[in-house]
Amino acid sequence: MSKSKFKNPVIKWIDHRLPVFSFMDHELNHYPTPKNLNYFWNFGSLAGFALVTMIISGIVLSMNYTAHVDYAFDSVERIMRDVNHGWLIRYIHMNGASFFFIVVYIHIFRGLYYGSYKAPRELLWILGVLILLLMMATAFMGYVLPWGQMSFWGATVITNLFSAIPFVGESIVTWLWGGFSVDNSTLNRFFSLHFVLPFVIVGVVILHLVALHRFGSNNPIGIDVKGTQDTLPFHPYYTIKDLFGLGIFLTFFSSAVFFFPNFMGHPDNYIEANPMVTPAHIVPEWYFLPFYAILRAVPDKLGGVLFMFGAIAVLFVIPWLDRSPIRSSQFRPIFKFFFWILFLDCILLGYLGAMPAEGIYVILSRIATAYYFFHFLVLFPLLPYIEKTKPLPISIAEPIFSGSATASAFAVREKK
Amino acid sequence: MNNNSSNSLLSYSLKIFLFLILIFTTKISLGAGEKISYPQLNWSFSGILGTFDRASQQRGLQVYKEVCSGCHGMRLLAYRNLKSIGYNDDEIKAFAAENSVNTINDDGEIVERAARPSDKFVSPYPNDKAARAANGGAYPPDLSLIVKARPDGANYLHALLTGYVDAPAEKKVPDGMYYNKYYSGNLIGMPQPLYDDGVEYADGTKATPDQMAKDVTAFLAWASEPEMEERKQLGITVILFLLVLTTLSYFAMKQIWAPVKNR
Repeated sequence: MSKSKFKNPVIKWIDHRLPVFSFMDHELNHYPTPKNLNYFWNFGSLAGFALVTMIISGIVLSMNYTAHVDYAFDSVERIMRDVNHGWLIRYIHMNGASFFFIVVYIHIFRGLYYGSYKAPRELLWILGVLILLLMMATAFMGYVLPWGQMSFWGATVITNLFSAIPFVGESIVTWLWGGFSVDNSTLNRFFSLHFVLPFVIVGVVILHLVALHRFGSNNPIGIDVKGTQDTLPFHPYYTIKDLFGLGIFLTFFSSAVFFFPNFMGHPDNYIEANPMVTPAHIVPEWYFLPFYAILRAVPDKLGGVLFMFGAIAVLFVIPWLDRSPIRSSQFRPIFKFFFWILFLDCILLGYLGAMPAEGIYVILSRIATAYYFFHFLVLFPLLPYIEKTKPLPISIAEPIFSGSATASAFAVREKK
Repeated sequence: MNNNSSNSLLSYSLKIFLFLILIFTTKISLGAGEKISYPQLNWSFSGILGTFDRASQQRGLQVYKEVCSGCHGMRLLAYRNLKSIGYNDDEIKAFAAENSVNTINDDGEIVERAARPSDKFVSPYPNDKAARAANGGAYPPDLSLIVKARPDGANYLHALLTGYVDAPAEKKVPDGMYYNKYYSGNLIGMPQPLYDDGVEYADGTKATPDQMAKDVTAFLAWASEPEMEERKQLGITVILFLLVLTTLSYFAMKQIWAPVKNR
């Protein structure tokens, strides 16, 4: 260390022995970031913010929550009614889960659109899918904790899925429950796991960030950074942009928390769990609906479970399914078209997951499920052979566009 | 690069639009099983600026006490909570004292004492089985959360309470069941609770079934969400703060990025 960049002698002393300040300076301040990132690149930091919000609000909730079948429901209501601003903490946590998923789903679709999963970012992507999987497990178990009707019956339906595993299925379900039905031991272990998994997520997020900072962010045109002329230091350019994005996010989030806190919930979860009364429709939280639709689209129970988990599993391997060396959809017209088909397909699956499994809905679910897998397993490997891609720019700093009329019109208008 | 940002802005708005559709359709679908539609009333507490109507709530409490509380409990509500619908300490004390709760005295005997403001509303039955036994097997649900626990809760409740009509000729109504045009399946275990002048309002409001249904719904909506007024008020402050913060950070961002954008 020839010349320390820190003036403060205490910081200098510490940094010489424990270079945390150098580390932060390097990773958060000077960290070179492509200069052409659009607003979709805000969603990574927003996801991080959502995770921290969930952990803090969750820890405070846990101080007042009782994980017992006789007290769980009432302890949540006590938080809502008697704990100072307990309603605020609980609504933040409840809606925070939904917004975490909204942000993460946008983040994932961004990665798909701009080919952010391609070499050398395969592990970055895989860690991201792992985070999604952990989030789903955490969210599922968290939804059980208020011990409402949907909590109980959702837990019953989802844990019962494992009974589809041949030979050992029933034993696995008993093992998961810690008994012969969803009961107190199930609630207790779900609470333990719901508490600990977010910290596992934090661990994987750190790895996700290490992998990200190895090669830096991908960017909208998807070509590698060629030098300093293509990048900007993270601070202040992207710190301020992330702050602006956070402001927008918080405005939406607060609108939900303060004005429509139960909009994304289900009324039945304000009825205490009753093993003797089954709700007319057992519906999972909205963020699981596309997967729920896939589960129900397959007529066989084991098949449904395999397809549902397969829908996530396929995401792990898409860096190798997509053989095209071009990352961004901007230069892949057919890929781009099908990206939007996939997007609509996922929305459709979400809609179908909320509908009763009968009549036209079943047929549509099957078509939508088939397309989902077709997209990744057939289109991804096949497209590079048939697609005529657009010419790539030379670099981020000197983009040479393919020059469509609209594109240049936009460019001219923006310069004014 | 300019081209990029314009393009992405376009698809960005498209995406927001599609996500809103997703959320919207999800919401619709939650009520998909219900084919009955209820009259949509204009509640004072709906909307982002809505507040509860104190007079209506107080009348609603009277309806609850004189009509509903014979069968339905409100176990999550404490007598002290009535302060926020406009009663003073003495009134609450007197209101609570009309009920009695069991307690254990210093000799270890179970004795009765008058309920205090700190007690929860005393339920009409000692347990669920007693409640069922007294109501022909039908369980009268606790009303503490009833407005939040039903889709479109306030309108549903008002509709249900005013939905008792003569059964159509082809519909057989078994003994101990009643016909209600808004109840799922139309056969309900609860007899019609509200009749003209079923209660006598102190403020002179005419006690029609419709009026009583509105009042008790206003009371129960508050019982479901006692934090609602505070929540919305705080929400306005938070949103205003965020709009200022977001606007400021937008212009700060524009300024910081200006040298890069204009190069």
